[in-house]
Amino acid sequence: MAQLVYFSSRSGNTAKFVARLGLDALRIPISATEPLPLPDQPYVLITPSYSDGEGRGAVHPQIVRFLNDPARRALIRGVIAGGNRNFGQFYALAGRRIADKLNVPLLYKFELAGNEEDIARVTHGLNRFWRETCLMTA
Amino acid sequence: MKDNVNTTRAVPAAVNWNRLQDDKDLEIWNRLTANFWLPEKVPLSNDIQSWSQLKPAEQTLTIRVFTGLTLLDTIQNTIGAPALLPDAITPHEEAVLTNIAFMEAVHARSYSSVFSTLCQTSEVDEAFRWSSENEQLQAKSRLIVDEYDAASHPLKKKIASVFLESFLFYSGFYLPMHWSSRARLTNTADLIRLIIRDEAIHGYYIGYKFQRALERASESERAELKDFAFSLLFDLYDIETKYTETLYDPVNLTEDVKTFLHYNANKALQNLGYEALFPPEACKVSPAILAALSPNSDENHDFFSGSGSSYVIGKAVATEDEDWDF
Repeated sequence: MAQLVYFSSRSGNTAKFVARLGLDALRIPISATEPLPLPDQPYVLITPSYSDGEGRGAVHPQIVRFLNDPARRALIRGVIAGGNRNFGQFYALAGRRIADKLNVPLLYKFELAGNEEDIARVTHGLNRFWRETCLMTA
Repeated sequence: MKDNVNTTRAVPAAVNWNRLQDDKDLEIWNRLTANFWLPEKVPLSNDIQSWSQLKPAEQTLTIRVFTGLTLLDTIQNTIGAPALLPDAITPHEEAVLTNIAFMEAVHARSYSSVFSTLCQTSEVDEAFRWSSENEQLQAKSRLIVDEYDAASHPLKKKIASVFLESFLFYSGFYLPMHWSSRARLTNTADLIRLIIRDEAIHGYYIGYKFQRALERASESERAELKDFAFSLLFDLYDIETKYTETLYDPVNLTEDVKTFLHYNANKALQNLGYEALFPPEACKVSPAILAALSPNSDENHDFFSGSGSSYVIGKAVATEDEDWDF
């Protein structure tokens, strides 16, 4: 069984989304001085998005710190991104940035802390995704 | 002389941005200041031809909707954001709130740029008169302004503020998004999207401060505030549905606008940390409106919504800090 890794700021939107999925998840800490979690199996990253009006700085520095470590980066298989459509073309941009950079699929986008439908789709989608991923890498 | 000391306003401490009590203050300050804009940035005159192609009733509707939005921005600029200042927990929060107050003035001013570019003075004067007399517009403003009263509970002011920022604007924002989805008034829509982006940050930040304060409240106080929030939302929703019918019935858009209201009411509640009120099936905003809100953001279809696509299992490439600084 694979894992989730996520970051959530003190607003807690992404943390709420992850809690409602009810799956094991490692949290990347808010503070730059705290130790980073070390996943030991393939994982999907769940990230909020932070870009300004020009699309800069979409990926939170703590996630950059996490993904810059080759051992932690090697196990990423997909990304799910939170955001707000009100940010226009930069909605959930962090998801696309990470997916493009690491050549993994952007699996899903949700707004704020997600709604019931998002939870159902991601639960179902992750199940299918891990089944297919296991078949392909077996 | 000595007796006066207690009645005199205390000299505040100088704000030190290198000593933060809450990192969110700096994060939001940076975001808001990086996003600063003025209406002169948007080439509104490119919409003159498009404007002339709208039917007279469509023009009147658009001007009225924009005067309604102007009123809400005016309230936030002169009453709403300043009302939150005395309740700020950190000096940096006060600085952020003054930025919010000023941007609301920019928003209110922007609608007048649209008017002076596209409309006749007499039509605009008529619409401002309409806004000062429209029953629903006045009723929702009254409900909000009453909560901004200095004697009001600090957290009730925040609830009212988030409902204005994240809910009440949307009966108006719908229309330029609708026009934009039909390739009408696309420059005006660009300007409105700048406002929508700012309001999203305002609602998020004030909602965040609300949730931080709620953590320190007693169980019974929390229950009372939640009751208050839902009851205020019901009252506002009641007014909004009537406002929506008055404006949008003649153009047959009422049901579509109501769906948009449900969707945004749920987002406003999420900003306050509360669960959704409207079920997903009542919030199915038309894809054209969603695409107008966030153009080009769906070009990479996401996998969990698609059907039967197979996944690309990528290999992770080497990264450096600079690589993420797009």
